[in-house]
Amino acid sequence: MTGVPLSWYLILSALLFALGVAGFLFRRNIITVFMSIELMLNAVNLSFVAFSYQLKQVNGHIFTFFVMVVAAAEAAVGLAIILTVFKNRETLNVDEVNSLKN
Amino acid sequence: MDVILFLAFAAIAVVCAVNVVVQTHPISSALSLIGVMGSLAVLYLLLGAEFIAMAQVIVYAGAIMVLFVFVIMLLNAGAESRRGRSLTAQLLGIPGFFALLVLLSYTVLRLFPDAAHVKFGGFTGGSAKDVGKLLFTEYLLPFELTSVLILIAIVGAVVLARKELE
Repeated sequence: MTGVPLSWYLILSALLFALGVAGFLFRRNIITVFMSIELMLNAVNLSFVAFSYQLKQVNGHIFTFFVMVVAAAEAAVGLAIILTVFKNRETLNVDEVNSLKN
Repeated sequence: MDVILFLAFAAIAVVCAVNVVVQTHPISSALSLIGVMGSLAVLYLLLGAEFIAMAQVIVYAGAIMVLFVFVIMLLNAGAESRRGRSLTAQLLGIPGFFALLVLLSYTVLRLFPDAAHVKFGGFTGGSAKDVGKLLFTEYLLPFELTSVLILIAIVGAVVLARKELE
């Protein structure tokens, strides 16, 4: 009984992060783009906890905790911004929210 | 047993994450993301991070995703339209995804060829007691600063989302 190699956890984290990047770049719905950011944050949290196991230190858990707090604050502000954008423009498509471009 | 549990929940996480990206309706993406977060909580438990696993379920799957689902329902968000896809995205999307994945995996395998093998119970320092001890001694200042950050975020969210008064 040898257990799971730590690199499997890190590769799973890399896979989730790459999927988050793909969702962030290719999706058009602003809410789905925001959820892709949450997916990336979760992937990074998994690496933090995995390295915490490797080094036998709790510091990685603390950083994961802070990432969660920042993600909660970010979700509150981001969703408020999404609400305001929808109220002003009646759309959730990121391609149509381009007033800074011109 | 560790390997079976890891593979099962890693498979659930990956399938749900793919579903987040490919579903056109935001509510399907949100529910898949809850699946990812739940299976990640189990993986945290396998890594000995009890407190983080519970916080993951309560804060992420409980609070943040409920906020997302509320906003999706409030805005009555429909399925995404599929028009206006750029040719560059279609041609470079899948190769770019695999390039990023291979690069990250190669770096991991190069840097950690003989890293530890994860066994359940191999690290027991992740209980609420241990995390709290460190959080309230060494990381006290960052902890207090996050409370200010949360307060600012709440005020900002209220200011952004309130109804305009004439």
